[in-house]
Formats: sequence, C-alpha cells, structure tokens
Amino acid sequence: MHSTPSLQLTTPGSRYSARERLGLALIGVGLVALISVMFGAGAGANALSLWLTMGCITAGSAVLFSGYLKRPAGVDNNHVWFTPATARGMAGWLLGIVFTGFYVLLYWAPHNLEHLVRMTDSLSYMLRGEAADRWFLYGFFYTVAVLIMGARMILKYRGNRYQIVRTGSVMFFQLGFAFLLPGILKMLNQPEYYFSYFWPLKYDYIWPNSISYFTSASGLGVFMVFWGVVGTAVATPVLTYFFGKRWYCSWVCGCGGLAETAGDPFRHLSDKSLGAWKVERWMVHSVLVFIVLTTALLWINSAMGGGLLGALTGVLSQWYGFFIGLVFAGVIGVGFYPIMGSRVWCRFGCPMAAVLGLLQKYFSRFRITTNGGQCISCGNCSTYCEMGIDVRWYAQRGQNIVRASCVGCGMCATVCPRGVLRLENAGRKSRYNGPVLIHEDRVSVQLDDTWRANRPLMPPAQEDIPILTERDVQAMQLGGSRAI
Amino acid sequence: MMPQHVVVVGNGIAGITAARFIRKLSSARITVISAETDHFYARTALMYLYMGHMRYKEVKPYQDHFWEKNAIDLVRGYATRIDTASKRVIMGGSRAIAYDALLIATGSQSNMFGWPGQDLDGVQGLYGIPDLVTMERWTEGIVRAVVVGGGLIGIEMAEMLHARHIPVTFLVREKGYMDYLLPEEESTLIGQEIRDHGIDLRLATELGSIQSDKQGRCRAVVTTGGDEISCQFVGLTVGVRPNVDLAKASGIETNRGVVVNEYFETSAADVYAAGDCAEFNRDGIGSRRVEQLWYTGRNHGKTVARTICGLRTAYDRGVFFNSAKFFTVEYQTYGDIQARRPASVRTILWQDPAARKLLRIDYAAQGGVVRGFNALGTRLRQDVCERWILQRAKVQTVLKQLRRAHFDEELGPRPYKQLIRAYKQSEMSHA
Ligand SMILES: Cc1cc2nc3c(=O)[nH]c(=O)nc-3n(C[C@H](O)[C@H](O)[C@H](O)COP(=O)(O)OP(=O)(O)OC[C@H]3O[C@@H](n4cnc5c(N)ncnc54)[C@H](O)[C@@H]3O)c2cc1C
Ligand code: SF4
Ligand code: SF4
Repeated sequence: MHSTPSLQLTTPGSRYSARERLGLALIGVGLVALISVMFGAGAGANALSLWLTMGCITAGSAVLFSGYLKRPAGVDNNHVWFTPATARGMAGWLLGIVFTGFYVLLYWAPHNLEHLVRMTDSLSYMLRGEAADRWFLYGFFYTVAVLIMGARMILKYRGNRYQIVRTGSVMFFQLGFAFLLPGILKMLNQPEYYFSYFWPLKYDYIWPNSISYFTSASGLGVFMVFWGVVGTAVATPVLTYFFGKRWYCSWVCGCGGLAETAGDPFRHLSDKSLGAWKVERWMVHSVLVFIVLTTALLWINSAMGGGLLGALTGVLSQWYGFFIGLVFAGVIGVGFYPIMGSRVWCRFGCPMAAVLGLLQKYFSRFRITTNGGQCISCGNCSTYCEMGIDVRWYAQRGQNIVRASCVGCGMCATVCPRGVLRLENAGRKSRYNGPVLIHEDRVSVQLDDTWRANRPLMPPAQEDIPILTERDVQAMQLGGSRAI
Repeated sequence: MMPQHVVVVGNGIAGITAARFIRKLSSARITVISAETDHFYARTALMYLYMGHMRYKEVKPYQDHFWEKNAIDLVRGYATRIDTASKRVIMGGSRAIAYDALLIATGSQSNMFGWPGQDLDGVQGLYGIPDLVTMERWTEGIVRAVVVGGGLIGIEMAEMLHARHIPVTFLVREKGYMDYLLPEEESTLIGQEIRDHGIDLRLATELGSIQSDKQGRCRAVVTTGGDEISCQFVGLTVGVRPNVDLAKASGIETNRGVVVNEYFETSAADVYAAGDCAEFNRDGIGSRRVEQLWYTGRNHGKTVARTICGLRTAYDRGVFFNSAKFFTVEYQTYGDIQARRPASVRTILWQDPAARKLLRIDYAAQGGVVRGFNALGTRLRQDVCERWILQRAKVQTVLKQLRRAHFDEELGPRPYKQLIRAYKQSEMSHA
C-alpha cells in the first residue's frame, strides 16, 4: 500500500498563461518604475514618469484581467487558497508589508514620498490649480486602485448584474465625489469637502468648529453643512430603512469602495469565528459611543464658550484622528488586506457602519432571504463573506439572514452554487422567518450544567480505538488535513 | 420511551441531523461513531477543496466547539458489527459500545462494475476525503484524465480536473448528458456548457477496459467501440450504492440498502437506518426506494430523531426538489419533470438566446395543473413553487404570479413576458 500523505492540496506547478505572464510583467515594470521615481529617478520629467508608470500598470492590468473574458462568465475562485498572494502565503505577507509601509511613510515619513508627490504635480495643477501634496498623491493612488480593480471586478463577475452595477457605483463615487469634486472645489477656492462622507465616519463634519468654519467660508459652505446634516439625520435612516446599510457601505463609501474592488481578492480572509464576532460587536460600538460622546461634549463645550473642556477638546479629537482615523482605518484597515481580509476597518472600527448596522438590524426592510431547503452546507457563502458572517449557519437552517454587519455586497448570493440566497428589501413582516427547516425546534430541551455533570459515565470517546481497515487508515492520517 | 444512550454510526448529513434533533428533543447521551473524519463535513463541497475555493476548515458546517457545547460525543473509528442481542456496537478488537437505540447512517460507496483494470493505480471514484487524497496524488503533473459516467459526480470531477488545467475526456454512455433525467433541451444546453469548457465530451461512449503500464498505473482507457485514449488518471463516477456492510455483518435485513419502513425502523429492534444507506420497503414512502441526496438525508435524520425519542413519526417526503451546478450553470428542479414527456403533459419552455438560461414549466394537458419546474442558469423560489404544486395551481395562475417565484439577483433580467409568449405558442401548437 502507498503511504498516505497528509491532504496537501498544493498548486500544480506554474500555470500562468502567456497572457497572464505578459500582464504581470507590465505591472511589475510599472511598479519598479514607481519605486525608482520614489528614489529620485526621472526627477526632471515628472509628467512623463506619471504617464509611463500609470500607463504600464493600467496596460498590464488590462492584459491580465482580460483573461476573465476568455472564460465563461461565472464564479471564478479557482486556486484562491493555493495562491500565496491570496492565501496568506509569502506573497501575501509581502503585499501586506508593502501596503502598510506605504501608510507608514505617508503618515510619519512623508518626505520619502516627495518625488512621487512631485510626479503628480501636473495632474494636480490641471485639477486643482495648485501643486500636489501627499494627500493628493494618496487620493490619486486610491482612486486608480478603485478604478483598475473595479474594472477587474466587473469582468470577473460579469454574469451578475447586481455586482456590475454596484461596482460601477463605488467607482463613480470614488472618482467623482471623493477625487474630482474636492479637487474642483479647491480650484474654486471653496472649502475641502467630500460629499460622499457623513458623520460619524467623517467625525468632524458636524462638530461646532467645522460648522462655523464652513458657514463662514462661503455660500457653498453653508450648503455643505446642510448636506452633511441631511446626510446624517435624514438620508442615513431613510435609505437604510428601504435598502439596508448597503446603500452606503457597498455602493457609495470610499472605504467600502476600496474593499470591494482592491480588496476583492482577499475577502475570504475575514475571521468567521464566534470570538471574532464578539470582539467586533464590542469594538465597533465602543468607537461609536466614543464619537457620540465626543461630539456631544464638543457641542456642550461650545455652548458654554469653551468653559467645559477648554483646550482638552482639541487633544481629544487629535488622538481620535490619529488612532482611529489613521492607524485603524489606514494602516490596519487597508495595509492588512492580504492578512485579515478587506473589511477589517468596516467591521471592527467604523462608527458609520455601527450606526447603519443598528438601523439595519432594527429598522430596515433589508434581509438576505434563504431559499427553503436548497442549502447543501457547502460553505462558499461564509467563506466569501468579507464581513466574517457565518451565512451558512442561517442558510442551512432555512433561516433568513438579518445581521447588523452585513454590507449587502451580495457575494454570498453570487458564489452560492445552489441559488439559495437573495438580497431583498421586502416587507418587514417576513423578515425574521425563524429556522423553518426545523419546526421541531419548539420541543427543545435546555441542557443545563447539572445535567452535564450527571450524565451517565461511559468510557471516554477517544479510548475507543478500533481495528481499522485500510480505508480508515487512509482517512485517519488525514488529521493533517486540518492544517490546509 | 426515551433511550438513555443513542449511538449513531456515520457522521454524514443524515447521522448528524439525527444527532442534532435528538439533542433538541432529549437529554440522552449521544455518541456518533464515524470512520472517515473527526467532524461532520459537507460531502457536497469536496470539489471545492480540490479546486482551491475552500480549505477543509471551511467545509465543516459547524465549528468544532459545537459538538462539545451540544454534548454530542464524537468517536473516530469503524464499526464492524452490531450485536443486536446484547445491544452493542463492536468496534473491532474487544471494544464495544452499548446502546439503547442505534442509527445506521453509513451513506454510500462508489460503484465499480468489474471493468478490467479498475484496480490500477490512478483509477478511482469520488466519494470522500480519502478519494481526494488519492486524486491529489494521481493527478499531479498529468497530461490527460478520463472521467467515466455522466452523472452529477462525474461532471463535478470533470470540473475539478479542468480547474487544475488538466485536459479531460468525459465518457458518457447516454446519447445526451443525463438524458435519463433531463429533457432534450436541458441535456443539450449542459452538453454545450461542458464542451465550452474545453472538455472532450464523448456521448454514447462506454468504457471497455483500462490499460496498465509496467508499474501498474493506468496508461489508457479503451472504449467498447475500440478507441484508445491515453491518460494517466481515470475517474470512475458511475453512481453510488448504499453502504450496507455494517448491517449485513450484523444480520440486519438488507436489499440494495438497509431495509426500513416509513419510520426508518430496520428488521432489528431499536436499530434504525437513514440517509443514503436506507432503502424503503415499499414504493410511495420516498420519491424512490433509495434516496441519495443531501436534503433527503437531512429530512430522514430529522424524522428518525423524533421516532428515536419516542415521537414515532412517519416520513413525509414533501414536494421533490433538487439542485446542482454544471460548471457555471446552476440547476434547480421542483416537482415532477420527466425526461420523456407523456402526451398528457405539456410544457412551456423559455431559453435565453444570449445566455445559458432556461426555464421549463410542465403542466397537465387536461386542466392545466402545474406539475413541475426546471430552471437552468436562473433561480426560483422553492416555497412558491412548492405551494403552486401542492395547491394544484393552474398554469395560467403560475404565469400571472411568476414574479413571486423570481429568485435571481436584484437588477438581473426577468423573462416573464417571454415565458407568457412561450405559453401561448405551446397552446397554439396543441390547438
Ligand atoms: C462528490 C459528491 C457531490 C455531491 N453533491 C450533492 C449535491 O450537490 N446535492 C445533493 O443533494 N447530494 C449530493 N451528493 C450526495 C450527498 O452528499 C449524499 O446523499 C449525502 O452525503 C449522504 O449522507 P449520509 O449521511 O447518508 O451518508 P455519508 O455522508 O456518506 O456519511 C456516512 C459516513 O459514515 C461513515 N461510515 C460508513 N460505515 C461506517 C462504519 N461501519 N463505521 C463507522 N463509520 C462508517 C462513512 O465513512 C461516512 O463518513 C454528493 C455526493 C458526492 C460524493
Ligand atoms: S452576508 Fe452576504 S451580502 Fe452580507 S456582507 Fe456577507 S457576503 Fe456580503
Ligand atoms: S447557502 Fe449556498 S453557498 Fe451557503 S452553504 Fe448553502 S449552498 Fe453553500
């Protein structure tokens, strides 16, 4: 008999096609060029560097991702867990270090990015009428990432109308509302404002000093304040009632936009354990409480003419901005995509997601409907849920999924091989349908610990080691399979 | 009477569902003995392990702490015999576990039809994790694989190999893929889908023998027509049969499966059988005598749990449904759609000219009562279809209410008008 290796399902050799190799090579050239620019190469020809590097990366991506068109439209997750970049292999960690490193430079050592910033000057003058700074560079890279990876997303899921439209939407909002519009405002000498962000995500948009700053700036500034207040107080509850939190999280938001596009190859890395869910609820709601308290304090303080907190307010908002806004949302939120999945920030840190989640759970028509008894418990839905929701837990009981954290990306429904799941905004009555597969649930016994202690003593299970057939020997050695 | 100790042999969907429901209904001690894996996993997801969509961890429907929390003891081992007189399961050697009630849920085994060469290295079926391990080994670096048998597991195996960039020749005995279950249009559509993926689909072709190389490894298959196809791996997926080894060794009545009545009671007192391994002792209890599906296994387990807990309950098979996926094309079926439609049944068929989508509604020529639905590449809502069938809804009603059964993604296309047109054409052709 052959000895049985542990269940090591590894990638068979290098299977990159000529097209893929060409695409990767072009992207590689573009990235190397970018790094060279960072170290001062081509300093005299900034505009040219910009076009060359971005041209290479875009062309390479086009070649690489057009491969999707060669395959019939459908769910394409082959080799996801065999590919080091998407399975927390060496390449994955490397990517994580590169992403994180970029944030570290951006926040704490921006002088290292000086050459890159200068490279984008020409574009910045065109759009904003002034020289670039590091935040312009960041916004530019961010938008390029959303657009290129968004195009990939659309090609990959081109058989699914919901995915196409939703991805188009986040691309539109990132490009228009988070990149072009703020640039144009700058050109027009208006205050910097992002129309696609609201309190509490942009925690200072309804703080007293921002409001006085905007309203004193211009007529448009007054409109911005109005927009911000309406966005938070009216649009958020109303839209969430009708559509669930997805209207924001996976259609509009920039953080969500990046997660849904650049983060797509990493969505399965989210932690699905019960423990993670517990941490998530504590953490995200703590951040929300903190923001609400801070905002309230700031208003009381301003009403009292600074009598309550004095200089403390400034310190408070600075610390929040640093820890939550920068470290959490940026370094961990994006930098750790290849390690912890694409929605770490949205899940554990975003106060906007917390508000939307509470609304979604208690005041919304949105749910994911489970299609009767069709679930085969395969696990694709849970695996590819970027929010770490164990969708299968509900689906295999025939129960609808109503969860605060669900961002309505629709991926669980897309990857389900049996057509079990559908995102819906139907009436509220049918929302919680209970576990329909198990009407017998009504006759249920509560196991308490006294029963546990008193249960009849039997030889411990593990001691029953049987004489094994060959087939069992093979199976037994699969213990190693848990490692894959 | 509530048993004190329930032993379940087999941790598949039938055995585990039974154990879970017994736990809901009672505080009996529950022991699940199983040989293949420590924990329950989704057999239906085997393909995704090999294709890299998921890891073993992800195909376990319950996290590992679930069993301890619900006081279900798991024993890894092989039950060789049941001593029905002393009510003990013999685990080999001198080990035995006493039971008050015992459930045999031993599942199926891959069929082998005695082909010359079927025991060669590189030749195997696909039923469990051990098969995946050998498949991994045999398919490393190979040039071509042959899959024999055009059922649901065969097409999954073809897709698995295809995902690993291994060229596949797919031998199917029938003239159309699964044409014994599917009407012609469905069968043709799936055939196209298979070929579109570059699979060398050979219909009306049967395996004759498998040729060996000097090392005892398969090197080619020869069809009954005499064609030789060089290959280094042969997947034999010609159906599964109930695993009756344990019952047989214990003197419990077996036929094709372990024989049970509508309460899943076997010929031995306090011994039950459910899932793939069970065979009903008469027609009409299940949709067939042996039901080998995931959801039937779940329903068996749920029902037998009640009986074991003293709430003797007969099996209610409900309206038949099933689903599958053929490469990228999803398939759902509800009610009764026959491959060869009798004259008393009419059909409405819609096929998307641009995409691989198909919807079929069969109805009685007399009176128009709807009989069943087939959906390919489009999703229908089970409870709505089920209600229509149970309430004997007329085809006109169904067409009018069709949007209620719509289950495709939001914003997706909806072919209602086209279906109504197809209905009118169907009626006209019969007028
Ligand atoms: C590749 C594949 C894909 C499938 N896809 C689908 C699908 O999409 N939809 C669908 O409806 N059905 C599908 N099926 C069928 C479905 O998986 C089975 O119907 C179902 O798993 C049967 O469940 P069960 O509990 O009866 O038995 P099993 O799941 O077979 O469980 C029985 C267990 O008992 C163990 N065992 C057997 N004898 C002993 C013994 N003497 N001692 C200890 N342990 C023992 C076995 O090792 C096995 O682990 C598929 C099957 C396969 C193989
Ligand atoms: S449950 Fe589904 S729709 Fe919601 S976040 Fe997870 S994958 Fe997306
Ligand atoms: S809902 Fe779909 S994807 Fe999720 S476990 Fe069930 S069959 Fe698999």
